[in-house]
Amino acid sequence: MSWHEFLHMGGYGIYVWSAYGVAAVVLITNALLPVFRFRALRREIERGGQR
Amino acid sequence: MWIWLHRLGSPPYFYRFAGRLLPWLWTACLVCLGVGLYWGLVVAPPDYQQGDSYRIMFIHVPSAWLSLLSYVLMASFSAAALIWRVKVAEVLARSIAPLGASFTFIALVSGSLWGKPMWGTWWVWDARLTSELILLFLYLGFIALASAFDDPRRAARAAGLLAIVGVVNVPIIHFSVQWWNTLHQGPTVSKLGSPSIALSMLLPLLVMVVALHLYLLAALLQKARCELIARERSSRWVNDLLPGRGVGDELA
Repeated sequence: MSWHEFLHMGGYGIYVWSAYGVAAVVLITNALLPVFRFRALRREIERGGQR
Repeated sequence: MWIWLHRLGSPPYFYRFAGRLLPWLWTACLVCLGVGLYWGLVVAPPDYQQGDSYRIMFIHVPSAWLSLLSYVLMASFSAAALIWRVKVAEVLARSIAPLGASFTFIALVSGSLWGKPMWGTWWVWDARLTSELILLFLYLGFIALASAFDDPRRAARAAGLLAIVGVVNVPIIHFSVQWWNTLHQGPTVSKLGSPSIALSMLLPLLVMVVALHLYLLAALLQKARCELIARERSSRWVNDLLPGRGVGDELA
């Protein structure tokens, strides 16, 4: 199978890849949000600890 | 078993236990995702009726199943929190809500993107689609209620009641394709004994189902750890996690 065929998906490429694209964005966002929140919390707790 | 569950209800124990489990869960999840996506999108043959559009199934079906499972778990955690006042259960219910909402959203969007080429329409107000949309609103209502109070325990009680009442919607979604005439196809995988789907499509689907279950578990534990730290930020055990306090568990 060529790259073109793979992306074309027998004419349904736009539907298939939109579905997977939306899913990827949502799932990756959900996995990354706690990482950033952890960093913010950590800074806050460190500041609190010095008081 | 009960003793272990009881210990898991203690925030510091839960925090460490989840922290040790997470790298393994994420690794297993990524491996399954890689295998499942390659198998489903490249190796599996096109469908003789739907061509390649059926490949949306590999994300649509697991997301739809997990949208229901997440709801049942959210209601169970809420019930446990209401009955036994376990803080970790409150945190788990609060943390699984956005994940369940995400899976519901993915199921609805991918279903719509599948419906357009196959049914000729993005959306119909039939039983399956409408009840799944209500599920999304239940999740959003839970999240809104859980964030509406300053006191996290009162918020958890109010939102928990909503979660428990909303459970009636779960069997409605599940059986909607049998109770009413709908455009949505009936169950093909779970028909006992003989699933009416070719093995070459069923196996990659099962791998994707496993992958997304692992995702749910990993993302839930990660969110719950974060939420736990946020709620207990002024407690002794959280401050002991800071480097140089000698406990050894990193705050990350």
